[in-house]
Amino acid sequence: MKVFVSLDAAARALGADEVADRLTEEAAARGIDLALTRVGSRGMAWLEPLVEIEEDGVRHAFGPVAPDDVPALLDGEFPGHGPTEEIPFFARQTRLTFARVGVIDPLSLDDYEAHGGLTGLRTALADLAAIVQTVIASGLRGRGGAGFPTGIKWQTVAGAQADRKYIVCNADEGDSGTFADRMVMEGDPFSLIEGMAIAGIGVGATMGYVYLRSEYPDAIATMTRAVEIGRAAGVLGQSVLGSGHAFDMEIRVGAGAYVCGEETSLLNSLEGKRGLVRAKPPLPALGGLFGKPTVVNNVLSLATIPVIFEKGAEHYASFGLGRSRGTMPIQIAGNVQFGGLFETAFGLPLGELVNDVAGGTRSGRPVKAVQVGGPLGAYFAPHQFDTPFGYEEFDGAGGLIGHAGVVVFDDSADMARMARFAFEFCAVESCGKCTPCRIGAVRGVETIDRMIAGEDVRTLVEDLCETMRDGSLCALGGFTPYPVMSALTHFPDDFAPLREAAQ
Amino acid sequence: MEHIDATEAAIAEIISAELHREGPLLPILHSLQSAFGYVPQDAVPQIAEALNIGRAEVHGVMSFYHDFRAVPAGRHVVKICRAEACQAVGGAAFAENMLAKLGTQWHGTSANGAVTVEPVYCLGLCANGPAAMIDGRPVAGRSVDEIVAEVSA
Repeated sequence: MKVFVSLDAAARALGADEVADRLTEEAAARGIDLALTRVGSRGMAWLEPLVEIEEDGVRHAFGPVAPDDVPALLDGEFPGHGPTEEIPFFARQTRLTFARVGVIDPLSLDDYEAHGGLTGLRTALADLAAIVQTVIASGLRGRGGAGFPTGIKWQTVAGAQADRKYIVCNADEGDSGTFADRMVMEGDPFSLIEGMAIAGIGVGATMGYVYLRSEYPDAIATMTRAVEIGRAAGVLGQSVLGSGHAFDMEIRVGAGAYVCGEETSLLNSLEGKRGLVRAKPPLPALGGLFGKPTVVNNVLSLATIPVIFEKGAEHYASFGLGRSRGTMPIQIAGNVQFGGLFETAFGLPLGELVNDVAGGTRSGRPVKAVQVGGPLGAYFAPHQFDTPFGYEEFDGAGGLIGHAGVVVFDDSADMARMARFAFEFCAVESCGKCTPCRIGAVRGVETIDRMIAGEDVRTLVEDLCETMRDGSLCALGGFTPYPVMSALTHFPDDFAPLREAAQ
Repeated sequence: MEHIDATEAAIAEIISAELHREGPLLPILHSLQSAFGYVPQDAVPQIAEALNIGRAEVHGVMSFYHDFRAVPAGRHVVKICRAEACQAVGGAAFAENMLAKLGTQWHGTSANGAVTVEPVYCLGLCANGPAAMIDGRPVAGRSVDEIVAEVSA
């Protein structure tokens, strides 16, 4: 009997280990020959802990499964959901970056290769001069949020002259509502390693660092082990896959500072300094880690590189909308019926994602607001639900897609409180380098409090937001106005209840 | 979590094990905290000496990051997610309830020294909130009472 249980942190947080243990015990007691494989998550969070049982080569989904459900499951009396890949949430996705996540044993290099792994690296090694051009042709843009063309960044680093260059993977996925980086690192770590190796060889860098947040202990353990396995197998080291090109990497653990997701702050942190944001120029591509030319890419950008080389740049670019090419692993979170990871081509309208894919709220109450792109992303109201999921499209609607986290709130949400939280978060996490962020965020909390207390200080909030937007060095201070102003614009009634009551 | 005593020799051994790295300060601080449960003040001059930087710089780095603590925590550390996705499913009430039941405040330790509670901004369990972390282990779908019972045992 072939059984698969997720080892993703979300599944484990819900008790997947206990379910796996119970499966092993019960199977032994019944004399069942159980082949249990721990895999990444299929991304259907509401079904975790998910157990899959293979029948005639097809995996069937059961979940959520509690340890006490295991006897019924083995007796065939526990109701299932049919073949996993036919569940509508899964069936309507286009999985390129996440093709192997939930399917393979994350730390089996054989499993990885059997599912197309290392094909991209071999293709890249066969024509080194074409590496950067292939990434440019794919249209891949930085998945961390800024959306800068990945290939252009690589081209800059490739053209820089230096005795040493670096590939730095930004795995400081601190945005609320996002977990795609974590899922890739826990479910398919070799895809990130392969992507970094291709990047290193393409731009002439021999060392890579993954800056991984400390809030992700499982991802740290899996990535660390995967690097050891990759090194032992010759995927990393002095001669990558026997090519004569050197590339090695190391996993570095962050220390709880959200601002270190900003690339220059991250570089300072890697160097062992306070995570202060650096002024640009120099661009990290020319003067990055220890002053050397450095590619800084998000986990998803780098983990998508192998499939681009495996299937071709044209294949990847054939998906998408306008200048947003390829697919985006969208993370559906918060108050939703069906949350999790949904990878799809750019272009899906926000409303379809919220009402159709996510099935509306978990509470059953009407959707009030949707925050897209993390704590620095705008709140969207239902009247904006026709906005197609794409970089330019969201920008045009006064928001951003960021790292593609979608957090849904029902009508019990108090948007004045959320606006206050945005300022509060900025105050807690500000690195302190620039005044609009360091002081503006504190004044913002105070000003929203005055507003909630009934004072008419809307103009003051608007002025403050303008100053922060235009005067901050990085996106923390610069984008905090997005959630604040969108809450104020779309939900003005939430800000003045006391004043109205007094009138 | 079991920790060893922070002797000068133990500190020196931990520092030297990380010195081969580029930019070793954060790895050193993490290793010290993992061994002792906190970063002892006595380690600051030793780190400064080993890295040839000022004590103020070591202190500056240590105090910049939320993770590093200069004094020991309670026997258990509970981190509760305060971020938006958890707020969307009652995270604020969850946190208030937990703090009330443990009789402490954010960053505080319960009177019997059993539990330290800290805020965390996202554990990446955003579709299964409210989420928390108990002694470094992520948990979701658990009630306040279950968590309180576990850490009070």
